[in-house]
Amino acid sequence: MTYLLLAVLGVLGAVAVGSLLVGSQPVGIGQALRVLLSDDRSDAAVIVHDLRMPRTVLGICAGIALGLAGALTQSLTRNPIADPGILGVNAGAAFGVLVAVVGFGIGQFTGYVWFAFAGAAISTTLVYLIGNTGPPTTAPVRLVLAGTAVGAALVACTEGIVFLDPKAFDEYRFWIVGDVAKPELSVTGQLLPFLAAGTVLALLLGPPLNALALGDDLGGGLGVRIARTRILTGIAVLLLAGAATAAAGPIAFVGLAAPHIARVFTRADQRWLLPFAAVIGAVLVLLADILGRVVLPSGELRVSIMTAIVGAPFFVFLVRRKRAVA
Amino acid sequence: MSARSSIRVAGLSLRYSPRAFATSALLGVLVVVLVGYALTVGKFTIPVGQVLSMLTGTPGPQGVDYVFRAVRMPRVLTGVLVGIMFGVAGDIIQSLSRNPLGSPDVLGFGGGAATGALLQILVFGGGAAAVAGSAIAGAFATAILVYVIAYRRGVVSYRLVLAGIGIAALLAAVNRYLLISADLNEAYRAAVWLTGSLLDRTWDHVTIATVAAAVLIPAAFVLSTRLTLLEMGDDTSAGLGVTPERSRAALFVIAVGLTGAAVASAGPIAFVALAAPHIARRLVNAAGPSLAASGLVGAVLLLGADLACQQVFPTGDLPAGVATGALGGLYLAIVLGTRWRRAVR
Repeated sequence: MTYLLLAVLGVLGAVAVGSLLVGSQPVGIGQALRVLLSDDRSDAAVIVHDLRMPRTVLGICAGIALGLAGALTQSLTRNPIADPGILGVNAGAAFGVLVAVVGFGIGQFTGYVWFAFAGAAISTTLVYLIGNTGPPTTAPVRLVLAGTAVGAALVACTEGIVFLDPKAFDEYRFWIVGDVAKPELSVTGQLLPFLAAGTVLALLLGPPLNALALGDDLGGGLGVRIARTRILTGIAVLLLAGAATAAAGPIAFVGLAAPHIARVFTRADQRWLLPFAAVIGAVLVLLADILGRVVLPSGELRVSIMTAIVGAPFFVFLVRRKRAVA
Repeated sequence: MSARSSIRVAGLSLRYSPRAFATSALLGVLVVVLVGYALTVGKFTIPVGQVLSMLTGTPGPQGVDYVFRAVRMPRVLTGVLVGIMFGVAGDIIQSLSRNPLGSPDVLGFGGGAATGALLQILVFGGGAAAVAGSAIAGAFATAILVYVIAYRRGVVSYRLVLAGIGIAALLAAVNRYLLISADLNEAYRAAVWLTGSLLDRTWDHVTIATVAAAVLIPAAFVLSTRLTLLEMGDDTSAGLGVTPERSRAALFVIAVGLTGAAVASAGPIAFVALAAPHIARRLVNAAGPSLAASGLVGAVLLLGADLACQQVFPTGDLPAGVATGALGGLYLAIVLGTRWRRAVR
């Protein structure tokens, strides 16, 4: 299993190198390595350092976060089609962006990234509180429904604000299409502590989630504190998906697909599933981003649109194959 | 189970529950009251007496008459018809998919209709009729795609919902791509359309909605008994003489047609198709589908949402879809928070 994980990491490395080389201005491997080691401010160096490096780093971070968040969400809700977006993360983050732009007049990405994070935090907490009232047996379905409900209400409020303010609409329509091509490496840096904390927390949750996968009764019988595990999982999802969404906007299907692909290698063991899902998530985001750069004759297709175009057929395949299980 | 009586007219037996009948009657009255209110209020008030006389054909003062016939009547009539169509379509699809989330919006039909309309608005630049046609075509294309994907020796509930969610996400990405490729003004217009609105409706919209409703709503009622049987499971319904697959396909076509026509007339208004059946079932207190109540609740929701937008933001011209989304989401959240067990069948 360890070797398998190393192999997947190797794939990630290869894709990351590819992400430095491919684009409208191709850069050869030798040239890329040379300018990576010594930045001589040549055209190739500027492209690699200032454009493709930040983009690749953000892609890897967002992919890891989305893969982990997806795996956690699916095991928390026991729902194979669960995705962080379902828990209201995206809708909350979008609402946060709008509050920043309209309420505080912040037009800079580095400024509203925190509002996006706060919005995601509030909506996820709300979803969690609503989804956790009532008998425990219905908890998984209820979380999904609560996420749909809160998400829809927030999206509607966001749209309401947008239609009263055309400037906000312009900012919003670009943010809502997720993208890793942000020039500011500092954004990734700002969110790195949250991503790191979320990743560590997620990886620690493997054993208790394994026990909970047997059902609340059996899991509780094995000595796992059900409520605490659920809350910690929720916090990890929030940290990971919130930070990724704040930095890159909503990126569809990665949180959904990465755990399913990971399960091909690991079966249902959460201790292995989580790291595999993380690495596969990063591979998916990078691949989608690279594809988006070359698929159009001129210009680029943003990464979230690429993940949707590639992700939907995959999803269809999952649905058709047989009963998908989390 | 509530008490049921049956009525026989010319060899046709109709079973109905008194509670469902009373509820539908009350909802019908509520729709009429809302229609009346919506016709009187707006940028200026038209007194009730004048509205009644204009309805009977007597022309009012020139300006008032114009506003009444060209602005308010199309808006209100479109609202009633679209609300009914969304409510009925939502009830059919929730019942077929045996999933409280299985509404036309979740299954991607609304998104498909929107993609069709967006392509027309932003790329081909057709007029209102062309936009409507593209929306209906988009809804059907999406539905066929979802159905084909979900089909594997029969269509099973969870596969239908899953396939729908996948396709809906793909279409959402396409719609967003279209929105960022367009220039700001065009994109804004398209985004208002995407939210769903009763603003600026014309008699063209009323015509589209009326024709679709006149054909599809009666068909839905004729087949609604089969819907109740299908909810009992394929084996039971087959034993009772219903061909499950064929009945499902027919009902599915009707529901998609209703959705496409509703979206074509007013845009993909959120939550009406999802919330109306939930509310109707609670009001009627029945386990199975109740198309009449769902349709009327849909009309109440849409008219109420449009009035709310009009009253709260009199100058904003806020699309009704904003209110249905916000209130629908809130409603679902409250249901979940208080009486969870009854929200999900």
